[in-house]
Amino acid sequence: MKKFTFSWDRGVGALLVLTIIVGSFITPYFAVSSNISFVIQDIGEIAIIALPMAFLIIAGEIDLSVASTLNLSSAAIGYSFRNGLPFWLCVVIGLLTGLTCGLINGILVTKFGLQSLAVTIGTLALFRGLCYVLLGNQPVNQMPDSWVKLGYTNIPHTFLPYSVILIAILGAAAWITLHYTRFGRWTFAVGINADAAKFSGIPVARMKLALFMTTGLMSGVAGIVYTFRFASSSPNGATGFELAVIASVLFGGVSIAGGVGTMWGVLAAVLELGVIRSVLQLIDVSANALLIVSGGLLLISVVLPRAIEISRGRRKIATQ
Amino acid sequence: MQKKLIRVAVALTAAVALIGSTAPANAAGVKGIQGGLKIAIMPKALNIGYFDAWNKGAQTACKEIGARCTYLGPTEATGPAQVQFINKIIQQKYQVLVISAADQNAIVPALNAAKAAGITIVTSDADVAGASASSRVTAVLPAESSRIGTAEIDWIAAATGSKGSVAILSAAATAANQNAWIAAMGPYLTKTYPNMSWVGGTVEKSVFYGDDDTTKSTAQFNAILAQYPDVAGIVAPTTVGVKAAAAEKKSKKAAVKVTGLGLPSEMAPYIEDGTVEKVGLWNPIDLGYVAVYAAAQAKSGSFTGAVGSTFVAGATAKTQKKYTVTAGGITYLGDPFTFTKANIATFKAIY
Repeated sequence: MKKFTFSWDRGVGALLVLTIIVGSFITPYFAVSSNISFVIQDIGEIAIIALPMAFLIIAGEIDLSVASTLNLSSAAIGYSFRNGLPFWLCVVIGLLTGLTCGLINGILVTKFGLQSLAVTIGTLALFRGLCYVLLGNQPVNQMPDSWVKLGYTNIPHTFLPYSVILIAILGAAAWITLHYTRFGRWTFAVGINADAAKFSGIPVARMKLALFMTTGLMSGVAGIVYTFRFASSSPNGATGFELAVIASVLFGGVSIAGGVGTMWGVLAAVLELGVIRSVLQLIDVSANALLIVSGGLLLISVVLPRAIEISRGRRKIATQ
Repeated sequence: MQKKLIRVAVALTAAVALIGSTAPANAAGVKGIQGGLKIAIMPKALNIGYFDAWNKGAQTACKEIGARCTYLGPTEATGPAQVQFINKIIQQKYQVLVISAADQNAIVPALNAAKAAGITIVTSDADVAGASASSRVTAVLPAESSRIGTAEIDWIAAATGSKGSVAILSAAATAANQNAWIAAMGPYLTKTYPNMSWVGGTVEKSVFYGDDDTTKSTAQFNAILAQYPDVAGIVAPTTVGVKAAAAEKKSKKAAVKVTGLGLPSEMAPYIEDGTVEKVGLWNPIDLGYVAVYAAAQAKSGSFTGAVGSTFVAGATAKTQKKYTVTAGGITYLGDPFTFTKANIATFKAIY
C-alpha cells in the first residue's frame, strides 16, 4: 500500500493549500503577518479541543459539552479572581474545573453505560447553567494584564500568537499518540468494534474514561486561552464552539461512525476552516453568508465521504 | 475544482468591487472633515431592526461627509464574534470604526489593537467598560440619566396642563436605572411645576412597582386609581409599565394621562388612537448619525474627545448641532426622542 492514493485527509490538505494560494491572490490583506496572527488566535481554542475530540469520535464516542466546559473553566477563573484569589491559582482552578467536567462525562458514560450523545447534551446545558450560577449576569474583567496579554499579543519579535506554542506541542503529542502508540491503536480498535476490542483484552471503559477526562482537561486549557484572549470571563462565552470543533473533526476525515481518521487531517481541517473564514471575511462576504459556508462545509464533510464510498462500491467495516 | 473556485472567487471580488465603488464627493457642511474616509459601522449583530435604524442614521451622515461606510458585523451579538470583525477591519485598513459594543469587556483587547493600528474608534449606543475605555475617542449615548427623568416630567406636565398630582409606575424596586431617573424627577417636578404635586406627598411615596410584568403593572395601575381617584398623570419609566398602563387606561376609559418610556412599535396603537399623546425613548438613527460625525472629526483632528471638547453634527448650518463631551468621555444626545401621532408611523416599523 505504498502507492499514493487519494484520501479524504489529503484532499483537505490540498484544499488548505489551494485556499491559501487563492486567498493570497484575491485579497492583499490575507497573506500578511498580522492576519496570520489573527487566524491562529481565532482557531486556537477549536484546535486544542479538536485534538482529543478526534480520539473520542474515532473511539465511537462524542462530547457535545466541550464549549460549556470551556466556558465553565473560564467562569471558574473569573469567579475565583473576583473573590480575591491570586491569579495563578485561578488558572489552576480553571484547569481542574475542565478535568472535573470530563470526569463527570466519563463516569456517566463508562460506569453507567449511558450514550455519550445523550449524556453530553445534558452536561452541555448543566455546565452552561453553572456558568450563570457562578458569575450571574456580571462578566469579570480587569484581570492582571501581565497574564492575559499572553492571550492577545504575539510572541516578541514574531508575528505568531502564544497559542501557537500550545497548538504545536499538543498537536504533536496527539499525532504521536494516535498513530504511533498502543493507546492510538486501541482507540481505532474500540471505534471499529468495541466488543471485539474488549474481548481481545483492551480496557475499553478505562480508555474511554481517560479520553473524556483528556477532552475535559483540554477544554479547560482552551478555557484559559479564551479567557486571556478576551481579557474577561462572561457566562455566555464560547457559545456554539462545540459545533465548530465537531465540524472540524469530521471535515478532517474522521468518520462519525468511528474507527477512521488521521490527526493531520483534523489539524488541516481546523486550519482550513480558519483560513477560509478569514478569506471570505476579507473579501467582504457578509456574516450571514459565512454561516451558510460553515454549515455547507459540515454537510459536505459528512455527505461527500459517504458518496465517494458508495460510488466506489466499498463498504466500511464500521457498524452501520 | 480549482478553476471553479477561482471563477467563484473572481465573481465574488467583482461583485464586491461593484458594491464598494460608490464613494461620493465630500459635500459636508461641517468644516475640517477629511473626505473619503473609510469607515466601518459595526452593530452588536446584523439582522436586528434597531441596528438597521442605527445604520440608517450612520449612512446618512456618511453621505453628508463624503465617507465610504460599510455596515458589517457578526450574526450573533457577542464580544468574541465582534472581535473577528474588528480584526478584519484592522486588516482592511479602515480608518474609522463606529461600534455598538456587544460586550463591554471582551472586545477591549481588539479595540486596543485597532487603535494601535491607527483606527479612530467611537462607541455608539453601547459603550465599553469605563475602566478600559481608553481606546475609544468618545461614547455617543442617548441621554443623561437625570435628563431621562426630568424629560418625562415635562411630558406629563404638557399632557396635564401643568396641574394636578402625579404617580409613578416603575419596574422593580431594585432597578438601578429607574431609581436614578425617579430620583431626578422628584425635586424637578416641585421646582419647575408649582401647580403639580406627588400623589403621596413625596416622590418616594408615589412610586408603584410593576416589576416589568404586564399583569402586575396592570394591577398597580388600578391600585393607583383606587388609592388616588383624582390622580392627574402617571409616569411609567419602563416599556412594560407604560404599555400596560396605556392598555388598561384604554379598556377602563380612564381620564388619567399616561406617559413614559415606550417602544414605538408597542405604543403605536395607543398613540394612534389618542390614548397616549407622547412617549419617549432613544432614537437609534440619531445615535448612528452623531457617532459618525464625532468619529470623522476626531479622525480629521478637529475633535479630541477630551472632557469638555466639542464637535458638530449636521449637513447644513441650520441643522447643525454642537455636542460636548462630559465626564467619562461620554457624549449625550440630549433629550430622549419623543414619539407622537406625527412620527409614530415611521418609527413603529423600526423598533
